[in-house]
Amino acid sequence: MPLFSEAGLPASYVALPFADWQQRPEWPAVALANTDPVEDLAPHVGRLRLVVLDFPKFSDGRAYSQARLLRGRMGYRGELRATGGVLQDQLPFMLRCGFDSFESEQKGFGEALARARTLFSVVYQPAEDGRAPASRLRLDRNGAALS
Amino acid sequence: MPDTLLYRPQHFYRYDSYDRTLVAERVEQFRDQVRRRLAGELSEEQFKPLRLTNGLYLQLHAYMLRIAIPYGTLSSRQLRKLADISRKYDRGYGHFTTRQNLQLNWIRLEDAPDALAALAEVDMHAMQTSGNVIRNVTADHFAGAAADEIEDPRIWCEIVRQWSTLHPEFSFLPRKFKIAVTGSPNDRAAVRVHDIGLRLWRNETGETGFEVIVGGGLGRTPMVGKTLREFLPKDELLAYLEATLRVYNRYGRRDNLYKARIKILVHEIGVERMREEVEAEYAATRDGALKLPAETIEAIAAQFAPPVLPARPPVSGAVEALRLDDPAFALWLKSNVAPHRVPGHAIVTASLKPAGAPPGDASAAQMEGVADIADAYSQGEIRVSHEQNLVLPHVAVEDLPQVYRSLSALGFAEANVGKVGDIIACPGLDYCALANARAIPVAQRISSHFAGLARQHDIGDLKIKISGCINACGHHHVGHIGILGVDKNGVELYQLSLGGDVDFGQTAIGTILGPAIGADRVVEAVDALVATYLDNRTAGERFVDTYRRLGAQPFKERVYAAV
Repeated sequence: MPLFSEAGLPASYVALPFADWQQRPEWPAVALANTDPVEDLAPHVGRLRLVVLDFPKFSDGRAYSQARLLRGRMGYRGELRATGGVLQDQLPFMLRCGFDSFESEQKGFGEALARARTLFSVVYQPAEDGRAPASRLRLDRNGAALS
Repeated sequence: MPDTLLYRPQHFYRYDSYDRTLVAERVEQFRDQVRRRLAGELSEEQFKPLRLTNGLYLQLHAYMLRIAIPYGTLSSRQLRKLADISRKYDRGYGHFTTRQNLQLNWIRLEDAPDALAALAEVDMHAMQTSGNVIRNVTADHFAGAAADEIEDPRIWCEIVRQWSTLHPEFSFLPRKFKIAVTGSPNDRAAVRVHDIGLRLWRNETGETGFEVIVGGGLGRTPMVGKTLREFLPKDELLAYLEATLRVYNRYGRRDNLYKARIKILVHEIGVERMREEVEAEYAATRDGALKLPAETIEAIAAQFAPPVLPARPPVSGAVEALRLDDPAFALWLKSNVAPHRVPGHAIVTASLKPAGAPPGDASAAQMEGVADIADAYSQGEIRVSHEQNLVLPHVAVEDLPQVYRSLSALGFAEANVGKVGDIIACPGLDYCALANARAIPVAQRISSHFAGLARQHDIGDLKIKISGCINACGHHHVGHIGILGVDKNGVELYQLSLGGDVDFGQTAIGTILGPAIGADRVVEAVDALVATYLDNRTAGERFVDTYRRLGAQPFKERVYAAV
């Protein structure tokens, strides 16, 4: 399966399935099913280098929540990879949830990834990409106008 | 006096450059997706969620475009544009829906991006009117005008609209997700039959906040929502919604399409467990980036500042004269005119249910006519109600005769709001790929049968709701009389239910009366139900009250003797 990343080719680790990884949690790479309890990674996020989250179908969106919990709540900073049903039209959502590498067989996926962050110059909600939502920008603009 | 301002202030949310940019970029993204679909680069399976979240359904005969009318509020300029779009890209009419949206039934896929670009010119879109996402948020159609209102719910609808639009985490939910908000003790937004219902109320300390209701819904498993949180401080709304949606996204069922709504999750784990899950998630996020700063709330609330209505006489000589002169006008005053919070003003409902017509339909010319009336007499503002009517929210009492005449000329002054002729019906088998039976022709036959206005007013308040299949878009479960179309070996039959209600504190799912009946028997059956009521009612009792007092038996006997 072709692998795409915004930051060039990521370092390669063999990700262990969650059950296997639980036996050796010092291993730096783990692959979760979208029903696995992502919270269990919390004590280990400083050591982990790769977490792979699965989309059994592109329409099954559970891994978006797992990704946000990993990035936002648990502060995971390593590579976060999407695998399974990964299509270019999901990229704007995936990038906002903190994914930064992608396995996809879709033709044109790499070109789409290069463009994905330019599709929307405005966002409405805080997520895991550090972008300020419109509501925040409005406050800053009004604050600047007043000072 | 008619107001002839060419430019007028808008009394609801006005897009700024951020909103316009996002909507424009969304149109261009969809244009590229349509191009790739037409070029064969996207399969229909891959394209489906993309078109659905841009409002484009594939129906029985053609694509249908469902346009979002957030919280049912439109300016006259926007309504004229809808008329324009229906002429240019459709067949010159549209259908207002039970979710305060507008559907155009004959759109070509190739034209859809241009139609969306035209919508964007008036700060509108069709985002998230379909698909497994947070849908267009609905509200009380009398918001900002009703005499009984605590606070304008549309402020919160707009805050939720922005938060939910292109939400990166919640764009592939187990199933669709509908949110409704009411700011009045008399719930006109049916908040107990939504995935989440929000009811603004004032607590003992005088603070307003939300009762959060979860897991209501109609469809094939109708359920009345349960209270998840008795009182939620308003600035915590988005954090609480995000927590609830996250629990649903992670744990909602995805193995069975018919068990995927949040109501099934709540039913299976119980509301207490649901509350624990949501509160645990919420505790971890409540003080984060979603906490609403007072300035943000104030800035949006300021956009909904009510129009300054000049004091007008509460009683008008012209109105009283016409009331005596024209019995139809007298009835219209009773059924189609509601009290306004400002004395000397009124809320007028334009009935899109003239006897024998498809409920909720309006031609382009009718839409333009309503826009003209709104400009002249209602601050240029129009509302869409979930009962598929249009509302003129700010009409001076002394202008009522002119408004009545103007609406009459359009065919929208039928004095039947809330009466037997004010029927809700889904598009049914005439348009919809899911339907088992027709709904619109049944509504047309019933409203023709009860065409006499004096008789309708004698029968009084009676809500008939018709769905063409168990997905219940016609809300039959909550009709005083519910009519559900079913297919039995290729024959369209109709199942009757009684006693449904969406009034706050009374919300109930109707009870099936007995075996389904043939299409040609529906009118007789409804007639028998009405006759049973008329024979048994006590003073002041509505149809549904008599049913509650007597139970189904007398109604059942008469119906099945008649059919």
